[in-house]
Amino acid sequence: MTTLAVAGRSSLSIGRRWVAPAAFLLLALIDIFFFAHYAHKGDATLAFSQPFAKVTVPNLALPGRATAYVMGGLSVVLAAARALELGKVARRASIGLVLFFFVIALLCWAYAGSSNTFNVINQFQGTLADSIPLILGALAGCLCERAGVINIAIEGQLLIGAFAGAIFASAFGTLWLGIIAGSAAGGLVSLLLGVFAIAYLVDQVILGVVLNVFVSGLTGYLYDKLLVPYANTLNSPSTYLPIKIPLLGDIPIIGPVFFDSTLFLYITYILVAAVQIGLFKTAWGLRVRAVGEHPQAADTVGISVKLTRYRNVILAGLIAGIGGAFLTIGSVGSFGKDMSSGRGYIALAAVIFGRWTPLGSVGAALLFGFAFELQSILSTINVPIGSYFLLMVPYVATIIAVAGLVGQVRAPAADGQPYVKA
Amino acid sequence: MNLELQGITKRFGSLVANDHIDLSIAPGTIHALLGENGAGKSTLMNILYGLLQPDEGKILVDGQPITVQSPKDALAAGIGMVHQHFMLVPVFTVAENVALGHEETKPLGWLDRRRMRAKVRQLSEQYGLRVDPDALTEDLPVGVQQRVEILKALVRDAQVLILDEPTAVLTPGETEDLFRIMRELRAGGKGVVFISHKLKEVQAIADTVTILRRGQVVGERPPSTSEDELAALMVGRNVQLRVSKTAATPGRVVLDVSDLKVATTQVLVPGEEAALAVNGLTFRVRAGEILGIAGVQGNGQTELCEALMGLLPVTEGGIHLNDRDITGASPRDRLRAGVGYIPEDRQQDGLVSSFAVAENIVLDTYDRAPYASGVALKLGAIRQTATERLAEYDIRAQSIDTPVGTLSGGNQQKVILAREVGRDLTLLLASQPTRGLDVGSIEFVHRRIIEERDRGVAVVLVSSELDEIYALSDRIAIMYEGRFTGFRPPDVPVEELGLLMAGIDGSATPEVPEAPGIREADEAVEAAEDPGAGGAAGVEGAARASEAGGREADGADRAGGATSEGPGTEAK
Amino acid sequence: MSESPSAPAAPPGSTPDRKPEEKPSFSRAILDAVIEGNSVVVTILAILVAIVLGGLLIAFTTQSVLHAWGDFFSSPGNAIAQAWDAASGAYVAIFEGSIFNPHTVSALFQQKSMSIALHDGTVSSVFYPLSETCVQATPLILAGLSVAVAFRAGLFNIGASSQWIGGAILATWLGYGVNLPIVIHVVVCVIGGFVGGAVLGYVVGLLKARTGAHEVIVTIMANYIMQYLLAYLLGKPKLLEKPGANGNLISPNIASNAHLPLLFGTHLRINAGFLLALACAAGVWWLMNRSTLGFEFRTVGANPNAARSSGMSVTRTWVLVMLIAGGLAGLAASTVIQGTDFSLNFQSYGTYGIDAITVALLGRSKPGGVVLAALLYGALHAGAPLMQASTGVPVDIVQVIQALIVMFVAAPPLVRAIFRLRAARAGGTGQVLSKGWNS
Repeated sequence: MTTLAVAGRSSLSIGRRWVAPAAFLLLALIDIFFFAHYAHKGDATLAFSQPFAKVTVPNLALPGRATAYVMGGLSVVLAAARALELGKVARRASIGLVLFFFVIALLCWAYAGSSNTFNVINQFQGTLADSIPLILGALAGCLCERAGVINIAIEGQLLIGAFAGAIFASAFGTLWLGIIAGSAAGGLVSLLLGVFAIAYLVDQVILGVVLNVFVSGLTGYLYDKLLVPYANTLNSPSTYLPIKIPLLGDIPIIGPVFFDSTLFLYITYILVAAVQIGLFKTAWGLRVRAVGEHPQAADTVGISVKLTRYRNVILAGLIAGIGGAFLTIGSVGSFGKDMSSGRGYIALAAVIFGRWTPLGSVGAALLFGFAFELQSILSTINVPIGSYFLLMVPYVATIIAVAGLVGQVRAPAADGQPYVKA
Repeated sequence: MNLELQGITKRFGSLVANDHIDLSIAPGTIHALLGENGAGKSTLMNILYGLLQPDEGKILVDGQPITVQSPKDALAAGIGMVHQHFMLVPVFTVAENVALGHEETKPLGWLDRRRMRAKVRQLSEQYGLRVDPDALTEDLPVGVQQRVEILKALVRDAQVLILDEPTAVLTPGETEDLFRIMRELRAGGKGVVFISHKLKEVQAIADTVTILRRGQVVGERPPSTSEDELAALMVGRNVQLRVSKTAATPGRVVLDVSDLKVATTQVLVPGEEAALAVNGLTFRVRAGEILGIAGVQGNGQTELCEALMGLLPVTEGGIHLNDRDITGASPRDRLRAGVGYIPEDRQQDGLVSSFAVAENIVLDTYDRAPYASGVALKLGAIRQTATERLAEYDIRAQSIDTPVGTLSGGNQQKVILAREVGRDLTLLLASQPTRGLDVGSIEFVHRRIIEERDRGVAVVLVSSELDEIYALSDRIAIMYEGRFTGFRPPDVPVEELGLLMAGIDGSATPEVPEAPGIREADEAVEAAEDPGAGGAAGVEGAARASEAGGREADGADRAGGATSEGPGTEAK
Repeated sequence: MSESPSAPAAPPGSTPDRKPEEKPSFSRAILDAVIEGNSVVVTILAILVAIVLGGLLIAFTTQSVLHAWGDFFSSPGNAIAQAWDAASGAYVAIFEGSIFNPHTVSALFQQKSMSIALHDGTVSSVFYPLSETCVQATPLILAGLSVAVAFRAGLFNIGASSQWIGGAILATWLGYGVNLPIVIHVVVCVIGGFVGGAVLGYVVGLLKARTGAHEVIVTIMANYIMQYLLAYLLGKPKLLEKPGANGNLISPNIASNAHLPLLFGTHLRINAGFLLALACAAGVWWLMNRSTLGFEFRTVGANPNAARSSGMSVTRTWVLVMLIAGGLAGLAASTVIQGTDFSLNFQSYGTYGIDAITVALLGRSKPGGVVLAALLYGALHAGAPLMQASTGVPVDIVQVIQALIVMFVAAPPLVRAIFRLRAARAGGTGQVLSKGWNS
């Protein structure tokens, strides 16, 4: 099959060279002819500190229209540069820069002449919070897929984690029990995924979709049957409050963004580091990756493919479950039907966008989280368009990524293929 | 360590793959296991390595019975294996592949890459393997990858190494290198099991030869045993891997390929230059002749065939069929123009295993009369044709509705033949047409190919089996790293062929991209006069070749293959 | 890996030349089927297991049952009886809501004459449950066919939802935006639905053909993109928003000329959409089994490499298949908008996309199977509201059962293990449907 896919690709490789410059140019034109052109007169104000911060950073007032024009101009320059041969680092940096310019131009257009200020700290804080379930879901995806099991059930794992987290935290009045229960519930869904995929060789894409339906139905059923009538006891958990890390939390800009959040963010830090290091620096990771790339090779040196896969799939569920618990006891508190609302699929997108590496996925999750947060902030100031289109960003970005328009995406070689001994 | 197998029996359904096999491997020896494809060699070794469980029999190490349930047990018992299809993770470095499952770690499971590298270097030096521990495995040549496999066994302190058909993917030069390493291993006190079906190699390297046939041990011989005797033991009856064949009567040029370049199928970083798998081939094939393309697997033959079929895009150059430019034509256009294609991998490219035999027989004609009218299939016509072909090609299937995947390899190949040869062809591309087939099926396939030639079809035969090349070709082109290192007449001595296959253009003879002419006979004489070449058969062949027109390409014996019959001049 | 390297090629003549077996008697065939657990039997057993598990879930989330089980040791019979009542009550309600309700029949017998019964709707109310089942099944058949067609060609269409939305947008817009005579308007809207879905499918196929983008990922992403696009369009007065909707995200009603004709009078909702769905199923059967195009689809699905070697254009097939699949999902939208809903809102797409997958899997991607599976799920959907109203069991239980059925259907060895059946004896090389991101 690989030959086939490649043969299909090569015909396009010449055209693809111009895709990135063209996309850059498109964004530049939007910067200039939309954002700059339609920007109101006056300054767009960006704030960099929160109220009552110990150390404050002065606000930045940008002349809206002029700045947007400059951003557009810079993007044109980058588009031209991109048309030339660039190194790998320069290619990636150029993408980041063009997106950055685009966001600045967007903000200039939205905030120029407005009495509102755009609080950068809030934006980033919100981004991180929005990203927690995405990051944990993406880590779950990485763990599964690196071992060769496609995990589309992230959505279900998040949802059931949210459900169990709320119930246990509410019924027992202890928050940490919520985290554990959420995690365990995610692990149970994973166990189902594992048994059906590994022992019964069910197609993993189908299985993931069906498990999501199952979890959605099950939690929906139990919600109506139990959580609604007994809402006071079963669905009224308290929520985690932010914990500010001493000293680090007081650093301007960085402090409030990274070191003044709920326990979930700190757990996320630890898990990201653990998964990244585990996969690439330890013997365990070497074996996992071997199982995902060439299971037979692993088998012939005495590594149990099935055991490795089971272990990773369950581990993934435990992590995704924590991400699910965040949705209830880390943020809004009570559980609502289908409250994961597609975050699992975005996490899957992040895995692919991040090329199956933990750090890459985290980066993608943050990018998607940024788009969401920007959308929710912009929707509060009634920006005429934007909100639905910003919500589409992760999905469109992922399609662009898998279409290979920004470099090739290569999954672990044995991803999704059940292992049957010869 | 003394390894002994006693009474090993393994059945697959009604087929007895191993029938009470006894085998003893002493330390410091190279023990060859000789047998045809399907004789049960690989099954036996997979049992020894714990990949399969025997139905009966036991395995003894130094007289103590051991149980080998998995490769893990085998490794623990000191048995290592170099698989025919390498068990290497392509995206890992050499050190990572070697260490996998046997990692050097610091506390908490951290990989100790420094020690992993050191270990590879040390063993690599000790046995003269010359492997860079930091190289990415997928970038390495096949010969080096094989050495990584050997390292994997050595690092686990294997005392017995099983090499499963290790030379199948190697050039003669690489094979020499492998033999040197095997001798080093023997000197180091290791027992080496060398699985092969190539007599010459076995004679060159082994200390003891055990011959397997149809799942049974039919004899144990010293390597000095004559080729004739070994071949007879291996094949059982005096098989003539030679099909009676008249001289070719080449007609007009059918296929004209000029300076063909084809990029590899590797995934490339955008902007990077593609590596060329086929790098400037020019040749012509005339109606009624068979051009055999010899060469070690992986020198661009696959890509050449796919490019000729339109399955891979041509980077540069042109392909003309009957003076029509088909360089950019789709596979369907080519099929319509009378190109028949027997792909290298029949399971992968030739058949749809879940489809019925009937459906597979019309797989490339289903949309034309009489099998279709408009977009509607004519099931009646399809079934009728299928029934006829089933009989004509002696395809042993329960019915035309049987899924083709349930048939044996030989019958599957006959289904493909029935489909391709059943049409009116002008050009037949046959890539490894008898790979993995039993002797009977091989004969059948060969006969059909020659029949096509005699009907005036131009035939391009790609094979890595020299027997096959010698048995069928009217002209031989030798391919190495995407280029032809030479064209030779069918009676070229095998030694010369070997050199050409290794990329060494031994003689300075000009290339003959044209159909056979007078010059070829001259070359043959030259070759025969070459003191290092040929042997009696070669001389005889050359002598015949120098007779105008006498080009019976039946020097099958020279391949060191299955028959020891002298060249005959029968079957005019 | 159908021929493992370790298994030696069978020597000539060893090919199993079994004598053609004599045609077994009908009863023997059935017995064999049951013992060996062939696919039909496994499917039926899978449904059974799912229903039992669903029943257990219902029973053990009902308060009275839990109380009774608290006293299990004092009165075990009561506990079991309570559990049985809870579960069977729910299923009986579903049955009455989807197939046949005895009360409506007794009402019929109390009518003085047939003509009155016909007029006041008493007769209709007897058939109302069946009509509802068909109404619910209609879009499921079409969307299920969409997934099934793609599946036969080796593609996973997880994006029936996006294609449904695409079809719905176009059908709705044509429904209220243009004025046409009665029959023509229906036809134009139906074609619009097909085209709207087909465009979405075409894009997916094209992306896969041209860039190798995996259709699973693209279709999943397309679902969300289309949901947001739909919400955007419904919120724009110049686009799809109903005048005066006040941000309710709903479209205007389509013209009555565009309604699909009702089949059995105004009391029953069953409409021509159901016939359209059955016709499509027949059409898909012919396409897949009797046409050259279907032969290509199946070949590409079973072995794309062999398809290419045989001169078929795999990429063209992908594009065509996705176009047809998208169109079928779009037709599903047409039948909903023109048959029952008559307007489009931001949640109209419901769970059609997911249901379609479960329908296709349960129906084993064969048109006949899809129709049967859709009728089963249609019945569950039709009966669920009555169940919730009369027994208080939430409708979501249907989704649970649906998912369970598919999970068991997808794992025949598990079902065989539960019922201790032998594996089917015919060797055969079952089509391996699993595929990863790289394929």
